Amino acid sequence: MAEKVLKGIAASDGIAIAKAYMLVDPDLSFEKTTVSDVDAEIKKLHDAFDASKAELKVIKDKATQSLGAEEAEVFEAHITILSDPEMLGQIEGKIKDDKVNAEEALKEVTDTFISMFEAMTDNAYMQERAGDIRDVTKRVMSHLLGVTLPSPALIDSEVIVVAHDLTPSDTAQLDRKFVKGFITDIGGRTSHSAIMSRTLEIPAVVGSETATTDLNEGTTVILDGINGEALINPTDDEISAYQQKAKDFAAQKAEWDKLKNEATVSKDGKHFELASNIGTPDDMDGVLDAGSEAIGLFRSEFLYMNSSELPDEDTQFEAYKKVVEGMKGKPVIVRTMDIGGDKHLDYLPLPEEMNPFLGYRAIRISLDRDDIFRTQLRALLRASHYGQLRIMFPMIATLDEFRQAKSIFEEEKAKLVKAGTPVADDIKLGIMIEIPAAAILADQFAKEVDFFSIGTNDLIQYSFAADRGNEHVSYLYQPYNPSLLRLIKHVIDAAHANGRIAGMCGEVAGDQVAVPLLMGLGLDEFSMSSTSVLKTRSLMKTIDTKEIAKLADKALNECVTNEEVKELVEKNVFGK
Amino acid sequence: MEKKDFHVIADTGIHARPATLLVQSASKFNSEITLQYQDKSVNLKSIMGVMSLGVGKDADVTISAEGADEADAIAALADTMKKEGLSE
Repeated sequence: MAEKVLKGIAASDGIAIAKAYMLVDPDLSFEKTTVSDVDAEIKKLHDAFDASKAELKVIKDKATQSLGAEEAEVFEAHITILSDPEMLGQIEGKIKDDKVNAEEALKEVTDTFISMFEAMTDNAYMQERAGDIRDVTKRVMSHLLGVTLPSPALIDSEVIVVAHDLTPSDTAQLDRKFVKGFITDIGGRTSHSAIMSRTLEIPAVVGSETATTDLNEGTTVILDGINGEALINPTDDEISAYQQKAKDFAAQKAEWDKLKNEATVSKDGKHFELASNIGTPDDMDGVLDAGSEAIGLFRSEFLYMNSSELPDEDTQFEAYKKVVEGMKGKPVIVRTMDIGGDKHLDYLPLPEEMNPFLGYRAIRISLDRDDIFRTQLRALLRASHYGQLRIMFPMIATLDEFRQAKSIFEEEKAKLVKAGTPVADDIKLGIMIEIPAAAILADQFAKEVDFFSIGTNDLIQYSFAADRGNEHVSYLYQPYNPSLLRLIKHVIDAAHANGRIAGMCGEVAGDQVAVPLLMGLGLDEFSMSSTSVLKTRSLMKTIDTKEIAKLADKALNECVTNEEVKELVEKNVFGK
Repeated sequence: MEKKDFHVIADTGIHARPATLLVQSASKFNSEITLQYQDKSVNLKSIMGVMSLGVGKDADVTISAEGADEADAIAALADTMKKEGLSE
């Protein structure tokens, strides 16, 4: 038996067996002491700076090769900070004048710089530099203390990365050639790390709670991203069993791959549209590999998040155009800016709120700051000329909001047309259904809105009044609860009664238990991570829509709990 | 001592990548090189110093160099300012 089996949330399918790489900060605490040999202390300081610089040069070269010059630029910035004569001079001064040890002098001086940059609240760029100084200080401190700081960019053998959480800057440094999977202490299926693992197509388990304490550098781990488990120090028998499991999974994937160019039809020949959710134009490879029939959700936030200022019209236009052209005439639904809630922009300070998820976010910001909104709409309108682009507004609660958004859209369209800019004339405008108020009034919305896309993560959070990021109430994430299914049915029926399309772009759209039920309820379009598309196409081929409609009816009207619905589907569809 | 005035035209002022390149360029010379903005002046070989000035668009700054290679330093820095679109 393995030493221990860690349980977490299955974030990305697949099996990996490799040694653990601890992406965890070492203990950098120290005692403030008085030194007698000042020269020796200054030499120690210089040695630590030199060692840090040498290390950063290697990291930079490595990162340039494997990740590209842009990702590596941050390390050049770190080297420049280490070469700063003022900073080094001030630290030396502290050692000489105050007779303190190098660690203390380093901390005092860098703390001053960090607070100086952090105080520049009107300049997001400077505030970010505080983070650079912090990173550099950590590296020098690790050399002073003789401990090793993990450098993910230097990973050069196959590993499973173990971390408390993975930040976007961590994941940017991971070389997918060597990183076979990862496991984190915190996070859920929709956290950054989980979404990233599906984009990278590597197995991942998140929310294990104790991975960083239970694992040590170099320990062998079996990571089972299918069941959300990690086996620490497995036996030889377990390793061979999981190698077989990995083979079976690969064979299964190969089987799914054959469906790449096939249409998505149920057993009785009814067509469903299978689409991909993407976050950046770079995700297009995954979309084409999966043979998706559309992009059901192109999150435009990356344009705002990966920038130190509001993205201009041309930058946005190029990004939208690339995706629209890449799809060669197949539909691309772009969701307008969904900032707020848990997504912040340093350069666009939002008010401190008691309940950010119930506050100033998404379309509420767009309608208030129509300068930002108009720029985005113009970029989208210009891109519409290059394929089939559709626009979707997030967080719509009232018909009034949609009407306002639509009239701003029409104004910008008229301006572009007048200026002679080519613009498609049949751009469909849709809304996300994620607020119960809009879901309930879907029959009225359907008269004016071209399409619906149900956003399940938020619709569940708002229906159950349960913060999706709060693990104490995570039991209320109940995607099969009959109350939610009834709400979804109401939305689908309202769309169909008005000749509109009803789609879904939340996690639930690719959930293997929910998919049959949603087919039974008549959902037209299913949009999910590209990695789930072929698996779902394969599942849909086995479902008879008439039979499943009866089962869905039973789930909505006879079942009472989330569990009952789940068991009903598992028993009748999967024979469990 | 050599001196030269510049009018900053870059939208983002002197920070980010151009600031780093300016510091790297200054560090190649032995002369003491300073960047003056309003009533403050900093060591142009110090990235933290340069960034702490917070030089924005339309600012007027002066770069001065003192030492054996002062003329070469000013010429090289003027070149960097222009190439990085900081000044005309």
